[in-house]
Amino acid sequence: MKQLALVIDLNVCVGCHACVTSCKEWNTSGTAGYMADMNPYAKDPTGTFFNRVQTFEVGQFPATETVHFPKSCLHCEDPPCVPVCPTGASYKRESDGIVLVDSEKCIGCNYCSWACPYGARELDEHQKIMKKCTLCVDRIYDESLPENERKPACVMACPAEARIFGDISDPDSEVSSAIRESGGYQLMPEWGTKPANHYLPRRKASITIHEDELVRSDNPLKKEHQLPMPDDDDPTFDEITSW
Amino acid sequence: MSKPKHDPLSKQFDENSQIEVKNTTCYMCACRCGIRVTLRDGEVRYIQGNPDHPLNKGVICAKGSSGIMKQYSPARLTRPLLRKPGSDRGANDFEEISWDKAFEIMTDRMSHLRGTDPKKLALFTGRDQMQALTGLFAKQYGTPNYAAHGGFCSVNMAAGMIYTIGGSFWEFGGPDLERAKLFVMIGTAEDHHSNPLKMEISKFKRQGGKFISINPVRTGYSAIADEWIPIKPGTDGALFLALTNEIIRQGLFDREFLRQYSNAPELVNMDESSSEHGMFVRFEIPHDEGCFDPQNKLWWDREQNKAVPNYTKGADPYFLGEYQLEDGTPVKPSFQLLVDRVKKYTAEWASGITGIPAETIVRLAHEMGITARDEKIELPIPWTDCWGVEHEVVTGNPVAFHAMRGLAAHSNGFHAIRAMSILMSLLGTIDRPGGFRHKAPFPRPIPPCAKPPNDSRAVQPNTPLDGMPLGWPADPDDLFVNDDGSPVRIDKAFSWEFPLSVHGMMQNAVTNAWRGDPYKIDTLMLFMANVAWNSSMNTSGVREMLNDRDENGEYKIPFIIVADAFQSETVAFADLVLPDTTYLERHDAMSLLDRPISEYSGPADSVRIPVVPPTGDCRPFQDVIVELGSRLNLPAFTNADGSAKFQNYKDFVVKYETSPGSGIGFLAGWRGPDGDEYIKGEPNPNQWQMYEKNNCVFHYELPKSYQYMRNWNQGYLEWAKRHALLRYTDPINIHIYSEVLQQFRLAAQGKTDGRQPPDHLRKRVEKHFDPLPFYEKPLEALQSDLEKYPLNAITQRPMAMYHSWDSQNAWLRQIHTYNFLNVNTKTAKEAGIEDGAWMWVESMHGKVRCLCRHSEAVEPGTVWTWNAIGKASGAWALDGDANEAKQGFLLNHLISEELPPSADGDHLSNSDPVTGQAGWFDVQVRIYPVAEGEEQVSSPQFDTIGPVPGQMIERKPSRWLTYFAGRRGAS
Repeated sequence: MKQLALVIDLNVCVGCHACVTSCKEWNTSGTAGYMADMNPYAKDPTGTFFNRVQTFEVGQFPATETVHFPKSCLHCEDPPCVPVCPTGASYKRESDGIVLVDSEKCIGCNYCSWACPYGARELDEHQKIMKKCTLCVDRIYDESLPENERKPACVMACPAEARIFGDISDPDSEVSSAIRESGGYQLMPEWGTKPANHYLPRRKASITIHEDELVRSDNPLKKEHQLPMPDDDDPTFDEITSW
Repeated sequence: MSKPKHDPLSKQFDENSQIEVKNTTCYMCACRCGIRVTLRDGEVRYIQGNPDHPLNKGVICAKGSSGIMKQYSPARLTRPLLRKPGSDRGANDFEEISWDKAFEIMTDRMSHLRGTDPKKLALFTGRDQMQALTGLFAKQYGTPNYAAHGGFCSVNMAAGMIYTIGGSFWEFGGPDLERAKLFVMIGTAEDHHSNPLKMEISKFKRQGGKFISINPVRTGYSAIADEWIPIKPGTDGALFLALTNEIIRQGLFDREFLRQYSNAPELVNMDESSSEHGMFVRFEIPHDEGCFDPQNKLWWDREQNKAVPNYTKGADPYFLGEYQLEDGTPVKPSFQLLVDRVKKYTAEWASGITGIPAETIVRLAHEMGITARDEKIELPIPWTDCWGVEHEVVTGNPVAFHAMRGLAAHSNGFHAIRAMSILMSLLGTIDRPGGFRHKAPFPRPIPPCAKPPNDSRAVQPNTPLDGMPLGWPADPDDLFVNDDGSPVRIDKAFSWEFPLSVHGMMQNAVTNAWRGDPYKIDTLMLFMANVAWNSSMNTSGVREMLNDRDENGEYKIPFIIVADAFQSETVAFADLVLPDTTYLERHDAMSLLDRPISEYSGPADSVRIPVVPPTGDCRPFQDVIVELGSRLNLPAFTNADGSAKFQNYKDFVVKYETSPGSGIGFLAGWRGPDGDEYIKGEPNPNQWQMYEKNNCVFHYELPKSYQYMRNWNQGYLEWAKRHALLRYTDPINIHIYSEVLQQFRLAAQGKTDGRQPPDHLRKRVEKHFDPLPFYEKPLEALQSDLEKYPLNAITQRPMAMYHSWDSQNAWLRQIHTYNFLNVNTKTAKEAGIEDGAWMWVESMHGKVRCLCRHSEAVEPGTVWTWNAIGKASGAWALDGDANEAKQGFLLNHLISEELPPSADGDHLSNSDPVTGQAGWFDVQVRIYPVAEGEEQVSSPQFDTIGPVPGQMIERKPSRWLTYFAGRRGAS
């Protein structure tokens, strides 16, 4: 069964937040909008976002890793937010696995956000309804858009191409092959939610230098008569033994 | 079940909407990505990256996506304003006036100044990217007192690299990550070309390249580096010199590259008694001296064991050794001088300075050298060099570097960057695949031909300036000084204090004008330059200077004009405020005459075309300049009969030619009557339409054979000459050894007949105009009590706000609402400061109270924060108690624009003695906890300012913003 998802490559994400605001920009004036901002020009501004980047440090100086971690609804295959919804507003589409909220049914009770182990759902404090990532469902099937633009806004925006979008149930898709080949993993699989979104871990490149690669026969110092050569009166075997 | 809202078919609210889609160019930062703007009922609904644009190929960043919130910001100015009589500067007390009145005020004042003493007008602009126009205006007006923000930003990068390899990072060149195998990024460099760099680093990593970040802080791009090497700020030069030492010691330099393409083997006169000491020996004096390096130097040939003209066929020069010419002159190849220089700069020595283990430095040198040597790239691209030799392939040594402000913003940055450029050259990576690549109009001769005037008589009433306001001195005769050697410019650029200050020294404009040193000015005109806040060092002091009066009660800077789109901190200090448009409301040209968006593959320029009408009475600053130019009867803007030559900037861009019939104008694309010429060609009245049809961008892709080795590529150089990019086709050889610097040194030593520095600057010039890079601590560190102030304090821009012009934005401020001082956990604990606690950070110039964040991603001797998050209370239409003002802070209060005065009271800018680059990453600090019971608010604080008349304050919702395009105020 088709399951659309994002695969997020932490190996190349530089935490630039392009996905965060491009998401807000598309969705605030779209079918899922608006996304209200409280105190937009005052003390303690907050607002609704479908996607946020958390940055944290791992390890101790100097062996420190700085991790930029974008997080949005993971569109679980077994989403705990759906069965807890008293009105049926929270639902998972059979056709493509996207988890959505029907804003006309939502009563803002917050059960779904309490059930979500990932903290991916945010109550729009102004409308008092639950809002969340829709995988830009109003873009991805829109036939008035050129085919290569039928992608979530965050995927279109990401300068590092750290966000790959596709069907994880299709083994030949780009997302499936990325998960397979780059060690894609799910968040907290022990919860049994089977999140559709996956993350690709950091991968480190290194250069191995063998000592004997340092000097080659065409070393330019040779032309300057500068390759290390002992002085004529330095000790050699000749002074030490006669065999 | 009711129809779910997210059903893509339920688009009822769109049915009656008027949707328009327009292309233009982003201006949320300096990248200049192509954007596609969708409007719903005339309101901006969606800004996306333009997929057909060569720069960003469809991507966009956090700022670009938040452009809507900038367009509809309550901080927008909409009316020209005049400070109310009797009110103080800084009090923000204005009355609305008409544009006619504003022009009348400016014209009266400025025409009087022009007719008496044009240098009394000073025009300084921020990060505007329209220097082609503002520079033209200043020149036409006749004032030498003009510059953009380069003195603050990265002039060390521009000068250090351009005086060495004829090109520099960012607009004029960059790392070729498509082909590189090893990428080394040093210091904070994320801001510059941020989207393209993100795209390239990602691809580079996916191709398996190794990315090394050398930075005191691990954030931004450094986060995804394969290896992070923490370094102490301001010590980069020591690292490069030690790497150079090891690379030479192991013979890992590209000898063939240096032999053919640099002055490394050329013989230097070692006779200390000679006026030619330290200069290359020449076998003939060229008939026609121009702005190029004649090939009249000598090599010491290995075969014949004697001096021969350089590039003698069949000759192969020694790089090392000491020789004697027939006339007895002792000489050495300049490479030998480099070897002599770096001998003492061992890895062990550098380790003690940089904090990087010696074995890491040695390994780094080996990784660079061996990758460059053993991973060679050969592209099957035939090309011909300047000497007529045909090559079947283009060769590349795939080690790429990138650096910007992290290296530049130190008073020892020029030599650090020279050292980096030399290292890049030793590895044979200049304009080659996988290394550094130029972007048109670079490479240029070393130094480029444009010169500032060299005589105070270049400034005359009612006369354009005789020379360019900014340029590239090649020797002391190019300095812009009075007959007594004193500075002509208010910022003292191109004087003996800062001879190669090629971007001017905006950081000193206010202080010098206030002090009247070297003289008093009348009018200070500022565009997009927040000098009363984050575009100044010593912010508190500068705010006082802007408001300071003389003994007669007159302002020491008599008149201040501020052009800005937003209610910045500086607006409050203006006498006259000119409301600028946003980038979505105007025509703009990102010209090859300024800082274009060229690609490695060839020149590119781009435009902005308005997607929405101007708000209120806003006028594009360019239109204001064009109109002011004609009102002041400046020749370039006025017909013979005194009428205006151009209706507005849009008209100017199409019609203007740099001289009558030159065929060179602001835009390179679709020139000529039929639009089929490029770079050079008659004006084309349909040029704007052509840009509009072509995604607002013109990109000429050079033939492959012209895309590499451009310093020495005969085909490219001839093409560039034919298209007016260059005057000469002579090779642009790398200056491993800088004779330009040596000429200034000889003057300082009194060995030359020409101009010499005033006595009190002789030692300074002699020391810093060293033809080879050297390492010394930054000036501030030399003058600080390092026991008392042991830590370095630096800033970076947050990832969501790289290189943004301003940061008040309803969406972005939710990501970064206030800033912490990030302190290594161990350092903070030793100082007794808890994570999240209030603390003091203090330099010898001042102190700031701020919040502490413990971090493991910063080396223990450095503290750092996000720059320009902190705001003055009430500025930018934020509430007086907004977090930016009460918890956020500005480090600039701790940084001085000047060094402590000398014993005889002389003031010297806290800037690189070669280039005048502001040393704002040099500040030395100490940290300590707040006392018990202290106020929990950042310090210093300033009186809250309110909105100004006409400000878009009705856009400021009290509690909720529910932006929904086409349905203003959905709630």
